[in-house]
Amino acid sequence: MMEKKISKIELKKIYKTMLRIRICEESLVPYILNSEIKCPVHLCSGQEAVAAGVCAAITSKDNIFGNHRSHGHFLAQGGKIKDLIAEIFGKESGCSRGRGGSMHICDPSVGMLGSAPIVAGTISLAVGCALASKIRKTNNVTISFFGDGATGEGVLYESLNFASLKKLPVIFACENNLYSTHLSIKECRARNNIFEIGKHFGIPGFRIDGNDVLKVYAAAKKAVNFCKNGQGPVFLEFMTYRLRGHVGADDNVQGVHTDIRPLNEIKKWKKKDPIKKFERYLLENNIFKKIDFEMIENEVITEVNDAYIFTRESSFPKASELNKYVFKS
Amino acid sequence: MSSKVRKLQYSLAINEAFHQMMACDKSVFLIGQGVKSPWYVGKTALGLLKKFGPERIIDTPVSENAITGAAVGAAIAGMRPIVVHPRMDFMMYAMDPIINEAANWHYMNGGRGTAPVVIWGVINRGGEQGAQHSQSMHALFAHIPGLKVVMPSNSYDAKGLMVSAIKDDNPVVYIDDRWLYNIEGEVPEELYSVPIGKGIIRKSGKDITLVSVSYLVLETLKAAEILEKEGIKAEVIDLRSVKPIDKDMLEKSVKKTGRLLIIDGGWKTCGLAAEISATIAESALFKDLKSPIYRLALPDIPAPSSCTLEKEYYIDCNKIINKVKKIFE
Ligand SMILES: Cc1ncc(C[n+]2csc(CCOP(=O)(O)OP(=O)(O)O)c2C)c(N)n1
Ligand SMILES: [Mg+2]
Repeated sequence: MMEKKISKIELKKIYKTMLRIRICEESLVPYILNSEIKCPVHLCSGQEAVAAGVCAAITSKDNIFGNHRSHGHFLAQGGKIKDLIAEIFGKESGCSRGRGGSMHICDPSVGMLGSAPIVAGTISLAVGCALASKIRKTNNVTISFFGDGATGEGVLYESLNFASLKKLPVIFACENNLYSTHLSIKECRARNNIFEIGKHFGIPGFRIDGNDVLKVYAAAKKAVNFCKNGQGPVFLEFMTYRLRGHVGADDNVQGVHTDIRPLNEIKKWKKKDPIKKFERYLLENNIFKKIDFEMIENEVITEVNDAYIFTRESSFPKASELNKYVFKS
Repeated sequence: MSSKVRKLQYSLAINEAFHQMMACDKSVFLIGQGVKSPWYVGKTALGLLKKFGPERIIDTPVSENAITGAAVGAAIAGMRPIVVHPRMDFMMYAMDPIINEAANWHYMNGGRGTAPVVIWGVINRGGEQGAQHSQSMHALFAHIPGLKVVMPSNSYDAKGLMVSAIKDDNPVVYIDDRWLYNIEGEVPEELYSVPIGKGIIRKSGKDITLVSVSYLVLETLKAAEILEKEGIKAEVIDLRSVKPIDKDMLEKSVKKTGRLLIIDGGWKTCGLAAEISATIAESALFKDLKSPIYRLALPDIPAPSSCTLEKEYYIDCNKIINKVKKIFE
């Protein structure tokens, strides 16, 4: 079995990444509710396994692009919690210097080249990044993270064809959480076959349980090898579910604003919480003991607490520097 | 017979235009993202789905290019569609059907076909939403031959201009502003229209002409009231239509006041304010000017996220007052 080949250190790293994402996301909730955070925030609680599993299969020399729901991608690729939280609070010390907010996070130093809320807006950019590595012969891969909603945009199909035509080392990583804002996937797509959409362009596609981090990791690893062998792009559809509403803190229990999903569906998916699932696996296979979890959790909580101290101590951008960064000088 | 006039929110005034136009013209339909979701396009689509059904109130996948093209095509085939973009930033995916197809259609086919489509884009800015969720791109559309562009500032015009836009035999870009949605104004119950291409004087004065459109008309009026107390009598023109511009009204006003300040929520370079400024500068009126023409527009900077930068970025009543005072110094 694939999992056997993963060392305990690696498993710990993957677990910690998932926990960093979850604890960071949930730490934002009170501040979203009391409006201390003003920018729109799309939490990815529940979808941690996709970011953690995929990014565990690449290095910081590889690149990723994200969308509006990219806190997880940022953290999994090695972005710092303090850089993320400071950005969300609009501080100069944030990863985008307070210019971008939650929907424009990046850390090029670890290969997270950017994220943008225009649906499907970064897919072709990821293809371009893969093109660049092909021209430069760097043998890096690029991951394009996008949601099921993005499969509605034409640019995805143009990107698939071009990427396949040029055998570009890009992985199309679609997080299918079954919803695009207020519409269920049934109302958006004529067929429930996202993983197959690359097929007609000659791109292999797979549907993976996106709440099983080891399956995600295994699929990503295979796809990365495929790309690095020069065999071209791969399409991965990860089935997952967000534990909160489309935007903001909504968890449907509050019954506010955005979450229109049926309660029993939410309940069903809560049972498939990717972190709990992974914890069970680690315990049942005697890889981790309870104390291991506690230690990791404490490390993460400390990191998050430090991030808030850092954010509070950071200043807002100066009004006089409004036009800084329009152009590179 | 004069019909009943009552107070109605801006968003409900738009909603009333749809209800009335769809009831009297079977070729009218509404298509775009969020028309079935009350939280997405405010109250503008209230009750429409229930009354007219999913064949005429069509919620769509995230496919701006194809959906806008489909609306344009339906218009060419004799329908009168309204295609909504709940944020005008998303309309950028639809530039081809709007600009290359709809705008040119009548001309390039020698008048043998037309595309009477309403392309409705919502300006939705502020709230630290950042660069891709804040843009006011009316000037971009006003630049294009074959497009009319309207931007109502109050409930009365919101309804009347929507009616005119639907009835117009040409493509009309209807741009409103989320900041106006909850503001109430007097609206007659009956079906009426506001002519495209006609501005309106919101306040008369003799010292300076302040030209504005959409939300900024409100800030300009507030500024004018305060300036009045300080002895500066400003005339406030609400353009209502950005294209065609009501040149006559502008010229008459500037002839009277001899001073002109244009206040525009779009960017300065090649913007609406530049166009108005040039229009007056090249008319015979330049001899009557007592001071240079001034522009108060957004700086040529993407919308920032952080609150300190947002405050510096957007135009408000105080910035207008300061600018006017400087002109009189
Ligand atoms: C071009 C464009 N159209 C519409 C929107 C509005 N919008 C924001 S997120 C979203 C749905 C995205 O769904 P999906 O890609 O599945 O991501 P999820 O939110 O489920 O993570 C939409 C339609 C947008 N941001 N950009
Ligand atoms: Mg989705």
